[in-house]
Amino acid sequence: MVQPLRRTPDPAPLHQRAADDLSFIRATMARAAPLTAVPGWGGVWMGGTAFVAAWAASRQSLPAEWLAVWLAEAVLALGLGGIAFVRKAQRMASPGLALAGKQFAGNFVPPILAGALLTPVFYRAGLSEYLPGLWLLLYGTAVATAGAFSIRVVPVMGACFMGVGAMALLLPAWGDPLMAVGFGGLHVGFGLLIARRHGG
Amino acid sequence: MAERSAAKRRAAGPPRPRLDAVAGGAAAPLDLDRIIHERVRLAIVSALAVAPSMSFNELKQVLGATDGNLSVHARKLEEAGYLECRKSFAGRTPRTEYALTGAGRAALDRYLAHMEAVIRAARGEGA
Repeated sequence: MVQPLRRTPDPAPLHQRAADDLSFIRATMARAAPLTAVPGWGGVWMGGTAFVAAWAASRQSLPAEWLAVWLAEAVLALGLGGIAFVRKAQRMASPGLALAGKQFAGNFVPPILAGALLTPVFYRAGLSEYLPGLWLLLYGTAVATAGAFSIRVVPVMGACFMGVGAMALLLPAWGDPLMAVGFGGLHVGFGLLIARRHGG
Repeated sequence: MAERSAAKRRAAGPPRPRLDAVAGGAAAPLDLDRIIHERVRLAIVSALAVAPSMSFNELKQVLGATDGNLSVHARKLEEAGYLECRKSFAGRTPRTEYALTGAGRAALDRYLAHMEAVIRAARGEGA
């Protein structure tokens, strides 16, 4: 009996190929969405409030009041960032952005949680002057890891935060000015860049 | 002439199979958009559907495509009116930016509707 030289595999059922196509489209959208999911204008708002907080914190004489100012700023900034993220996702009406948001949050939250846990430890140990370095370093780590698959400016921004954090750990007396440079200046600068080039 | 066409087909690799409306159903093929049905082009259109615009390098990063492959397929989409291409300079570096046009978005919506219809039809048969 004559056998064909090459056997072609049986084609997949039609609906399976259609399902594969849909999965492929979703996966591509999910890979592409993080590139623009980071809200630039949200960063600008967060930077603006950080400048005000740095000014207010520098005027406090008691460590507890100083800490209260920065904790209030952290809550406000994370809220603003979250709102900006959701608004950008809604405006772009992208199914991939929901997945991108989950991926971003999954990488962003652990270093932030570590910072939240270490803050009372440092405060009770009388190491409040090292808190700006700790916060900047861990926030930078969160941005760098969460933005690893995003546009290049996001991990670069994370690395810049880590650099400013390292400086703050070496120069604890410069805590508030370096917080203004990091949470204020870097947020505003990179936020404007992202907003201008990547849809808000 | 036929030999040359066959050689071209071999060089382009195996074509994606034709999608019939429903297996065992209507014999006429689905009115699929051939421009989008090709995988790289489908990926380009899908990626641009979730971003206002993307640079050539960003698309390359997302798709994992080579420069040549991406530029060839992007040009086909541009010729079909599905993509808009803007060229500019960032300092001295040339920058190519792509965005999906209204026609491109509509074509992707149509394609998605086709795929969903195929799946719905298959489920209906199995029920």
